[in-house]
Amino acid sequence: MLVRSIAAIFTAMSCSFPLPAISDEANSAELFAKIAPVFQSPRCMNCHTVTTFPKQGNDRHRHSMNVARGRDGHGVVGLTCSACHQRENQLASGVPGADEDWRLAPLSMGWENLSVGDLCRRLLDPSRNGGRTGAGVVDHLSTNLVRWAWAPGSSIASGPRTVPPLEYEDFVHAADEWIKTGSRCPD
Amino acid sequence: MISLYVNGHPVEIDAPADTPLLWAIRDHLGMTGTKFGCGAALCGACTVHVNGQATRSCSMPLGSAAGKKVTTIEGLSSDRSHPLQKAWIAEQVPQCGYCQSGMIMAAAALLAETPHPTDADIDASMTNICRCGTYARVRKAIHTAAGN
Repeated sequence: MLVRSIAAIFTAMSCSFPLPAISDEANSAELFAKIAPVFQSPRCMNCHTVTTFPKQGNDRHRHSMNVARGRDGHGVVGLTCSACHQRENQLASGVPGADEDWRLAPLSMGWENLSVGDLCRRLLDPSRNGGRTGAGVVDHLSTNLVRWAWAPGSSIASGPRTVPPLEYEDFVHAADEWIKTGSRCPD
Repeated sequence: MISLYVNGHPVEIDAPADTPLLWAIRDHLGMTGTKFGCGAALCGACTVHVNGQATRSCSMPLGSAAGKKVTTIEGLSSDRSHPLQKAWIAEQVPQCGYCQSGMIMAAAALLAETPHPTDADIDASMTNICRCGTYARVRKAIHTAAGN
């Protein structure tokens, strides 16, 4: 009610302050709720961990072979991520790969144990997201590493990997709209 | 035909680009020091260096190695004089020996960037599997090679 009153005052004053419309704000939060299951899918969360190691599989178990995060999220000397993860999925070994350095997200962008609202706020926090603001918040979504989640190949142990619950184009479109409508977060 | 450098020598390999590097090395070049273990980039028996970085060759397609410098156990030294090779003998590390070429290549990559590794460094970097359980001697030999 207070927000509506303030908006009404600005409108009455013909103020040009770019205050998003109330409907946009609500829509924005709804948009994030729509795309959140993608962020929370195992394909994304397994590398957006808060641990010193990556995870794998839909049950999100610890990455086999004692694989470690290392200082910069690229693994450790002698066992960097790219020691196994090449530039494309490997049919023979079943090891996934993308045309980009395989790596963990920085600890500051660990998403485990966050509510949808907290995940949203984590994404928007410049102190955690590499100083990104505005459209930059979602620039990572166009990378080959993210696109891999929709073409994840097959594990030789468990078969085809599942993909996130939205089509990639729908996901990116909704994420862009979320930003354009004010990047509001659910409670 | 895919061109690359193996142990300092230019080679051309007539194989499909998606052939695992491991099989190009073993079957096409006849260099059998690099071993097949699990075929899934887990055990580390197939470890070689690609542009100096330890790489599980069973999971790297030959096409991705084009133009790059590959070092196998045969190229680590010409006369078994690499400090790790000496330490491996001094500490009598191998039992059956099957995994040891991969172990040594992983250890060599570790020492190249971390000349004096701690036990924690070794534990984090050396994830190769040894059915004989030589892990304690592997660690000891790495320390010996490092002069720790």
